[in-house]
Amino acid sequence: MSRIKAVLAAARAGGRKALIPYICAGDPTPTITVPLMHALVATGSDIIEVGVPFSDPMADGPVIQRASERALKFGMGLGVVLEMVAEFRKTNDATPVVLMGYANPIERMGIDVFAARAKAAGVDGVLVVDYPPEECEAFAALMKGNGLDPIFLLAPTSTDARIDAVARAASGYIYYVSLKGVTGSAALDTSEVARRIPLIKSRANIPVGVGFGIRDAATAKAIAAIADAVVIGSRIIEEMERSPGAEIENVKAFMAGIRAAIDEVAV
Amino acid sequence: MKPNDLPETYNFPDAQGHFGPYGGIFVSETLMHALEELKSAYEHYQKDPAFIAEFESELKHYVGRPSPVYHCKRLSDMLGGAQIYLKREDLNHTGAHKVNNTMGQALLARRMGKPRVIAETGAGQHGVATATMAARFGLECVVYMGSEDIKRQVQNVYRMKLLGATVVPVESGSKTLKDALNEAMRDWVTNVENTFYIIGTVAGPHPYPMMVRDFNSVVGKECLWQMPEMIQRQPDAVLACVGGGSNAMGIFYPYIPYPEVRLIGVEAGGSGIASGKHAASLSAGTPGVLHGNRTYLLQDENGQIIETHSISAGLDYPGVGPEHAWLKDIGRAEYVAINDDEALAAFHKLCRIEGIIPALESSHALAHAMKMAPAMGKDKVLLVNLSGRGDKDMHTVAEKSGLTL
Repeated sequence: MSRIKAVLAAARAGGRKALIPYICAGDPTPTITVPLMHALVATGSDIIEVGVPFSDPMADGPVIQRASERALKFGMGLGVVLEMVAEFRKTNDATPVVLMGYANPIERMGIDVFAARAKAAGVDGVLVVDYPPEECEAFAALMKGNGLDPIFLLAPTSTDARIDAVARAASGYIYYVSLKGVTGSAALDTSEVARRIPLIKSRANIPVGVGFGIRDAATAKAIAAIADAVVIGSRIIEEMERSPGAEIENVKAFMAGIRAAIDEVAV
Repeated sequence: MKPNDLPETYNFPDAQGHFGPYGGIFVSETLMHALEELKSAYEHYQKDPAFIAEFESELKHYVGRPSPVYHCKRLSDMLGGAQIYLKREDLNHTGAHKVNNTMGQALLARRMGKPRVIAETGAGQHGVATATMAARFGLECVVYMGSEDIKRQVQNVYRMKLLGATVVPVESGSKTLKDALNEAMRDWVTNVENTFYIIGTVAGPHPYPMMVRDFNSVVGKECLWQMPEMIQRQPDAVLACVGGGSNAMGIFYPYIPYPEVRLIGVEAGGSGIASGKHAASLSAGTPGVLHGNRTYLLQDENGQIIETHSISAGLDYPGVGPEHAWLKDIGRAEYVAINDDEALAAFHKLCRIEGIIPALESSHALAHAMKMAPAMGKDKVLLVNLSGRGDKDMHTVAEKSGLTL
């Protein structure tokens, strides 16, 4: 069983919802990324999504765009991100790491080379935002062949046929995008999410995490009540922007609050 | 597929929008439904006689089609070789070929009941064409434009505002066309229910490359009957500039089944390919995924998209339409690069010898024709797509000549 499946199964068995933070590798500096990952684990994160900076993050809002731009100033690339995961793995063998990014850096490295290097570095899952299932059959098979979980998005506009296509291709978890928009958008309609999750669950036998638009303890708690996992990204980056020099301390305080809110939800 | 098989078997893209390994739909799940909706609407209306009749009527009465083909007799005589003919897309309403596509997409937006249109623009030509259609049909219009481009293209920004459009400056990334496209996509994802995204070139996710090509192919279709009227045959070569590649696909596509007609795409060589300061994705790029499709890209070793350089803002794009990538690979079209200086020289030549002020983009295609012509017989014919007029380029050209207007 993959680390992701094991962690999500353990959370479910233990009656708790999973917390999945997103950070952008190399933001605001490359040296902060690995210590930040350990800090996220220390404040109760179950899985860590590590963003691979890309010059053209089409699906991201202004916050993650800024994070990418800061990281790119240091020449961050996919190779360095994989080295960071390997570094993290030296002292943490338990927490799953999911790389999230865009197709071009992976294709530039070559999907075979990427699969081998990601596996060797200790990556557990890969979410390529601009790879819908139709365009990545070979890639998804290659990931699975290397013990990596290909993770896919579903959206409020996804039809039943698309839910089925994603369910066939995905493993690990499905990432449900909670609103029509880009990452970090403001308005989140939890009742709409509450209506959609059971529909997805009825067609896909796989845990569902919800992200995009989760901004505070209250929204995190509301989502935890209806989903298997809560994904939070832009708000973490904003916390770091707000506290130059004290990024890790500030993120820890913020995430402790989110964790506590999620844990108020009894399963 | 072998190039020799071409005329009978060229039938691209496939149902998923692939041109061989290129094209496709590389977008976030959040956009998939909108693209499926667009694809099915386009598939329906492209066969609908009422839609086709409306499109043709608008092109005739509003755009001013057909555009003429003009024989550059003085220029050809001076060069002493092949005869150069121009397809005068510069004479269209709004001043470029862009209007063919924006008309088609605006009509589609109306049929789909979308009251709001958005667009990305670089030099501003596509933005102006979109704003024009929005005014013509009473649609709300938002145009995304890189803040760097806004500084360079003040007149077009004002034109769009006069036409009632909102121009939104894009501050992310390199603050140019590619970033404007990213931002327009973000808008579309957020406002997908009431908004139609009018993409200006043969790039983006399927069905855009096919749809934009189809709407622009009126250019080549006219040439197919205009050239025999003028010279009793088809030309020996058709030349067009290639940034994203919409004017080139528009004139190339109907000529694909004519193997005796060479198709030559001319990219922006900027300060020269060797300098690294250019926008020649096909001549110097490698395949990758950007803006929803797989195609040739200018990128670094990490797969980050790199900044491009060209004297003409309309060619300043790090990718290229996926069908051009395919035509290059199968050898049906050839792609070359022309530097800023060569394009500028051709620009001045056409002004002085033929009394036509061309767009700097189109000047690239003309420059390559002028390079080819002297080595060819006087009975040979080169047809150049003069995709736009040069009014928008007055400031750039004056500045290059050391003048301020």
